[in-house]
Amino acid sequence: MSTPLEHDYIGLTETSSMERSSEKISSSSSSSTHSIEDKTSKTTNNTSLNLKETELRLGLPGSQSPERKVSLFGKDLESNDKINGFAVSPLKNLVSGFKRGFSDAIDGSNGKWVFPMNGNSDVELATGAVLASPRGGLESKTNSQQARVSVAAMKEVGGVPLSPKPVQDKSLVPAANEHASAPAAKAQVVGWPPIRSFRKNTMASNLAKNSDEAAGCLYVKVSMDGAPYLRKVDLKTYKNYMELSSALEKMFSCFTIGQCSSNGLPVRDGLSESRLMDLLHGSEYVLTYEDKDGDWMLVGDVPWEMFTDSCRRLRIMKGSEAIGLAPRAMEKCKNQN
Amino acid sequence: MQKKMAYSFPDEVLEHVFSFIKSHKDRNAVSLVCKSWYEIESWCRRKIFVGNCYAVSPRMVIKRFPEVRSVEVKGKPHFADFNLVPDGWGGNILPWIKEMAGAYPWLEEIRLKRMVVTDESLELIAKSFKNFKVLVLSSCEGFSTDGLAAIAASCKNLKELDLRESEVDDLSGHWLIHFPETYTSLVSLNISCLGSDEVSFSALERLVGRCPNLRTLRLNRAVPLDKIASILHRAPQLVEFGTGAYAAELRPDVFSNLAGAFSNCKELRSLSGFWDVVPAYLPAIYSVCSRLTTLNLSYATIQSRDLIKLVSHCPSLQRLLVLDYIEDSGLEALASSCKDLQELRVFPSDPFGVEPNVSLTEQGLVAVSLGCPKLQSVLYFCRRMSNVALVTIAQNRPNLTHFRLCIIEPKTADYLTLESLDVGFGAIVEHCKDLRRLSLSGLLTDRVFEYIGTYAKKLEMLSVAFAGDSDLGLHHVLSGCESLRKLEIRDCPFGDKALLANAGKLETMRSLWMSSCSVSFGACKLLGQKMPRLNVEVIDERAPPDSRPERCPVEKLYIYRSVAGPRFDMPPFVWMKDEDSALGLS
Repeated sequence: MSTPLEHDYIGLTETSSMERSSEKISSSSSSSTHSIEDKTSKTTNNTSLNLKETELRLGLPGSQSPERKVSLFGKDLESNDKINGFAVSPLKNLVSGFKRGFSDAIDGSNGKWVFPMNGNSDVELATGAVLASPRGGLESKTNSQQARVSVAAMKEVGGVPLSPKPVQDKSLVPAANEHASAPAAKAQVVGWPPIRSFRKNTMASNLAKNSDEAAGCLYVKVSMDGAPYLRKVDLKTYKNYMELSSALEKMFSCFTIGQCSSNGLPVRDGLSESRLMDLLHGSEYVLTYEDKDGDWMLVGDVPWEMFTDSCRRLRIMKGSEAIGLAPRAMEKCKNQN
Repeated sequence: MQKKMAYSFPDEVLEHVFSFIKSHKDRNAVSLVCKSWYEIESWCRRKIFVGNCYAVSPRMVIKRFPEVRSVEVKGKPHFADFNLVPDGWGGNILPWIKEMAGAYPWLEEIRLKRMVVTDESLELIAKSFKNFKVLVLSSCEGFSTDGLAAIAASCKNLKELDLRESEVDDLSGHWLIHFPETYTSLVSLNISCLGSDEVSFSALERLVGRCPNLRTLRLNRAVPLDKIASILHRAPQLVEFGTGAYAAELRPDVFSNLAGAFSNCKELRSLSGFWDVVPAYLPAIYSVCSRLTTLNLSYATIQSRDLIKLVSHCPSLQRLLVLDYIEDSGLEALASSCKDLQELRVFPSDPFGVEPNVSLTEQGLVAVSLGCPKLQSVLYFCRRMSNVALVTIAQNRPNLTHFRLCIIEPKTADYLTLESLDVGFGAIVEHCKDLRRLSLSGLLTDRVFEYIGTYAKKLEMLSVAFAGDSDLGLHHVLSGCESLRKLEIRDCPFGDKALLANAGKLETMRSLWMSSCSVSFGACKLLGQKMPRLNVEVIDERAPPDSRPERCPVEKLYIYRSVAGPRFDMPPFVWMKDEDSALGLS
């Protein structure tokens, strides 16, 4: 063979001709153009003109690479940055071995790099290097949300064109966003900065000794009678007993709803939320904790802050075993008061 | 003629020759030469390393290597250290122990990292391997001091028990008592991770006293300062020592005992521990400082001036771990005193504080890069960085092999120019041609990945967070980094395209982790279907990914090559390809 055939490595297309792949790309880009057509009139023309350049190449190393210009599609998206947050996955040329073309693109399209952030970009960058409080966590979550929406628009499968507005779909929001919703306080992103738990807990106890400020996080183990493994929760992420309780319900729901397979792992089954609530609010399971003195107490008897200060681990106990805890809790409270 | 000679070597000769070949890479290469070398190498391999416990099954390993004496296995991906891998994900060593109990009765060494180890596993180890010598549990969890008691009681030839950074359920400090009085072979004991509960101190003293070969002893926080002298007097031959809490009321007799005990330890080369430091007791170690090669002060909350005094006594220092209390001034002192420094790790004292609490900036790292010609490995937490500093560091230290920079606030720009840090990191990969490990932070566009793909040809591990603009970034890395083995990404706008376009690359790597990115479930399914030797795990605690449209992004994605096929111990929140699912997309 004089020229190596370009393969769609993952076998999406049956033939590997350039026309086929460009056809596919054009169909996907036209569906995406539909979605932002409402907002802009320019895009359609630019898209069809740039199709060849925006072709997705899945070439093997050594295959001939065509014109390396990076599409201007990204630029188009940026000008509509109120809609799609940033130049996310436009149909840029992804030829393997593609190198210098990229710097052409940078010079061509952007010049000085601008980070589009929901229209706040200029303000953010001007205020200095350290971005203020929850930006890091919030922003990345919001942007990646928007990224998902835009990617979805690009995909050639799943026919319904999405609305360009970022869908505030709760189910898309990762758990860490719960942290970001706290207004004034610094929002904590899960696992950032990348510091191991042992170090975090050690430093936390050091800081607590030196000042009255709360430590950054407080991981405690949660065990549940009958569950095959322990979980860990960061008590600092909850503001009250309600939040803790609902988080634990979610975490352990797969264990409470009966069926486990033969190796002890719960079978993935449809949960009935009402049944779960019944179980946890009824007398079957009781939430208890071990405090600094090593005593097991019922959760909920003391003020929340006192609880987070003294809780070392949690245990979801069968109701029958928890009888006898209540009196001790009350006594302790009396003694402390 | 020569061909004939090669075939006429008796197997024993080849075995003997192979016994000099130790590295895994070399032994793997030897086994590929020809069939007979493959077979001979298989019988005589004594050490195996399994970088991912799910890449191969214990049975396959045992079948190929029947005479193994030493096993090293790693479990969870690195980001598990930062709580990104949900509990219960997997990585339990028990299936391995069960198989090896039968197949390797003469097993001597087990080294595990990021694995779930239960007391049942420890008890099985204690029972099954009569000549067991080395147990290293690095960042493991799931066991208690009961399991340790079983090891102590049964392993008469135990030399090494190292629990570095593991999470142990500390039920009782008395597990040490289970080492019989006749037991004297301890060489290395690291219990620094044990909780604050009392350790049976008299048992510890007696143990130390009767083990003349003890070289490494790392105590936990609960061991008080005034006990150190008596321990050191019983083990003056120690090479590596970790204190407990280094605090006590200032008393001259305690101080002089301590100083005397340290000065007796002529072989001491490494110190660690130093929780709760009272600075006035630091001079007690001055007598050993000139010989110290490793100093771990990363839990020591002492201020810059005390740190400066200390490091200026340590001209032979090769490895320093310290908190950012050292500040730029302390790092400048380090740069002028410690010309043999090879590794520096600076940890944040207040990582969640909004304002900087110490005067540690990029300047400190620049100073060290200038003053320490042998510096190879850096882990540095700070709050600001500039391209000009990174370029300077790169030009000063082209011999860097590990460069991990964590600018605490995500997406922090160059504080001087407000630009991204692409150029700075680009200089790092361009100048440091032997760079094997890189962690990025700060404000970064796709361009930094272009640089990485272009220059970082020896890069084996890359960690990325809150960076990049598009799939192009990921594509640069996957297509350009020839030596890449591990890639871990979080919170980046990388989606399906680059992943699918570089599907083949994934088989050349150990693993890829992506969390809070934009990879759709549909792409994961496709990848899993098309690549039978990849395990594509979708980890999603929110809801089953097949309950949402396929284009929805998955929460977390862990892809690794495997010859063992899908694993059987997946918890409910992990999905993998279903063998029976129909090809094609919804």
